[in-house]
Amino acid sequence: MEFPFVLLIGLFFAAAVYLMLSKFLVRVLLGVVLLGNGVNLLLFTNGRILREVPPIIPQGHDVPATLTANPLPQALILTAIVISFSFFAFLLVLVYRAYQDLGTDNGNEMRLAEPEDDPLPPTGY
Amino acid sequence: MAANPADLSAALVLTPVPAADWLVVLPPAWCILAGAVLLMLRKSVRLQALIAIPALAGLVVIDALLLAHVAANGPVTMVMGRWLPPFGIAFTADLTGVLFALAGAVVALAGGVHALADIDASGRRYGFYPFLLLLMAGVSGAFLTGDIFNLYVWFEVLLIASFGLITLGSEPRQIDGAIKYAFLNLIATTLFLVTTGYLYGIFGTLNMADIAAKAAAGRAELPLMTLATLYFVAFGMKAAAFPVNFWLPASYHTPRVVVSALFAGLLTKVGIYALLRTLVMLFPVEREELSFLIVLVGVATMLLGALGALGQSDIRRLIGYVVISGIGVMLAGLSLGSPGGIGGAIFYALHSMVVMTALYMAAGLAGRLAGSFDLNSLGGLYGRSALFSALSLVLFFAAAGLPPFSGFWPKVMVAKAAIDIGAWWLAAAVLATGFLTTIALGRVFALAYWRPAPMALPVQTMPAGALLPLVLLTALTVGFGLFPERLMALVQHAAQGLADPRAYIGSVFPEGK
Amino acid sequence: MNTLIFRTVAPFLTALMALFSIFVLLRGHNEPGGGFIGGLIAVSALAIFGIANGIAAVRRALWFHPMAISAFGLFIACLAGLLSAAFGVPFMTGLWVYPVVLGVEIPLSSVMLFDTGVYLVVVGAITSIALALEAGDDV
Repeated sequence: MEFPFVLLIGLFFAAAVYLMLSKFLVRVLLGVVLLGNGVNLLLFTNGRILREVPPIIPQGHDVPATLTANPLPQALILTAIVISFSFFAFLLVLVYRAYQDLGTDNGNEMRLAEPEDDPLPPTGY
Repeated sequence: MAANPADLSAALVLTPVPAADWLVVLPPAWCILAGAVLLMLRKSVRLQALIAIPALAGLVVIDALLLAHVAANGPVTMVMGRWLPPFGIAFTADLTGVLFALAGAVVALAGGVHALADIDASGRRYGFYPFLLLLMAGVSGAFLTGDIFNLYVWFEVLLIASFGLITLGSEPRQIDGAIKYAFLNLIATTLFLVTTGYLYGIFGTLNMADIAAKAAAGRAELPLMTLATLYFVAFGMKAAAFPVNFWLPASYHTPRVVVSALFAGLLTKVGIYALLRTLVMLFPVEREELSFLIVLVGVATMLLGALGALGQSDIRRLIGYVVISGIGVMLAGLSLGSPGGIGGAIFYALHSMVVMTALYMAAGLAGRLAGSFDLNSLGGLYGRSALFSALSLVLFFAAAGLPPFSGFWPKVMVAKAAIDIGAWWLAAAVLATGFLTTIALGRVFALAYWRPAPMALPVQTMPAGALLPLVLLTALTVGFGLFPERLMALVQHAAQGLADPRAYIGSVFPEGK
Repeated sequence: MNTLIFRTVAPFLTALMALFSIFVLLRGHNEPGGGFIGGLIAVSALAIFGIANGIAAVRRALWFHPMAISAFGLFIACLAGLLSAAFGVPFMTGLWVYPVVLGVEIPLSSVMLFDTGVYLVVVGAITSIALALEAGDDV
């Protein structure tokens, strides 16, 4: 069961890297989103895909009645989803602001913080 | 409720918790509470500093108490929701973590006081102090947690807070810097998460004490080298080590100077702490295998950082390169692996937290007094304020690692540890870095402080509130430079605790599982 | 999107979804649900309201600034964890009380307080981001 997931994760990572190598920030952003999803799948697969029983303990029991799916990767993924979602929201606002203020979404043209004609330091008094 | 009562003592803590254990979780909880209150009150600009600075002082007190407790009794653990480890998330404070946390708290307090003069009302309305407290929650949590996924979560907490701080004011330059900072740091933490996913797949646990024990037991058949290498890349990126350091000089000079100061003091050191925790405590054998790579990266980082500092005309960017160069020394210490090397790395990290923060503060004050951050137009600062110049000179020497300031001793420890194993070239690189840094910072002093002002200086008075934290931090570096014995003993103890984590594991699993 | 039908339906839909979000929040202790998903439903409700009536209406309806809401949530979530200090149990241990109101036993717990905090954090944080994106101003 793991093998198709592994292929899928590889596909996600490849697409994400390809997008992140772009100079346009919107594509980089999409790459980051894809990467986050690939990582979530990776966490899920690392918890082993064994059973399709949800890990919920029925009313009146202290332990689950049967073997269930591993709940921990699900908790990890939920955390990772929340975090990557909030980062995506922040980066979206940031890229949008950059587009408004700097007038471009091309990373090569964003040289405000590091101007190309930065003067060299003086060599003497 | 329980129909078939199970044996709860196997899964839950059933004995009462001593009150002193609460010190372990208190630093992040305290920061979150204070940050939340500040965020609720962000309309009332006057109250912000009034609440934040006592809260940060309280954090220093808590961390100091925790340090005293840990130094006396060894590592302390508290689990969340009374679930026993490895099921529950554990917070474990050992000497390394507490020393970092205390230094971070001191730096944050200094930054909070410095911000009184540096952050204007609009900056406070946008939430400087709440973000600072949340940043400290993330930083303290990262230093004190005993669970590797929880470490990731605290990384993200501090990253989100740092995003808030770096865009404070939203000037176009800041947006530009923030984009590079945000994307590259996000990729680094994602790599951290990937590695943690693999680690979970291999060990089936996320508790660091448990991992350390299991790794030691089953080293032969587990692919631990992959994990160690991936962690090295991920945390190396966070720490701004050489081939992946470019986000730092692209962004650290763009925000308010006090924000740069806090970042320089806190963020890269969290990366170094995580490297120490993973490579020294969890994967020591793999670190040994990787040591040649680590030392190459370390030497490249320190030399290129120092050379980068020589080539800058903006003093804030120059200090950014000095920060990077210091990371190289820490990596060199890490690569050696001996108690002297690790102890030197910890000592250097603590020194660097204090001194880099103070350097940025000094740069901010210089810029404010002279009206420019450019070495080509700076000048006449000595005539402006002799006290400030003296403080700056002390900090420059401390950053370059000259005696009798705090940067000297860790460099001695690292160089000594290098010579002990015959790596004279590493010791030479550390010395050459100190030499180049002295030139770079000495030139700043000659040009900006001694040289007569090239243009008429704007009439600006020195704000006393901004000078106070600078005096405090400088006093720390002089104090630990003149009397290093106590701290040196502590860091050596901390390094032993990392290299031989039996006490750490024993604190998480008391019955010696 | 600004059709008459949508504008007429939106307030009802918003109220219904807000109610449902609280149901999901309270259901969360022993069954699927909880603060995070409940908060997301509440944010969707506010988003629908915002699309129909504009962001000024949402800000008026919320009364508090979204960031203050999420800060309050953070505060009570953290407080819920610290409550256990008074009982000699570790941080964030679930504490339960069963007060009887009008003959009905109502189980209350620090876990629920924590979950309510999460709910408010999600509502506040994501609403403020959504409003910022909609308005194009700073968060």
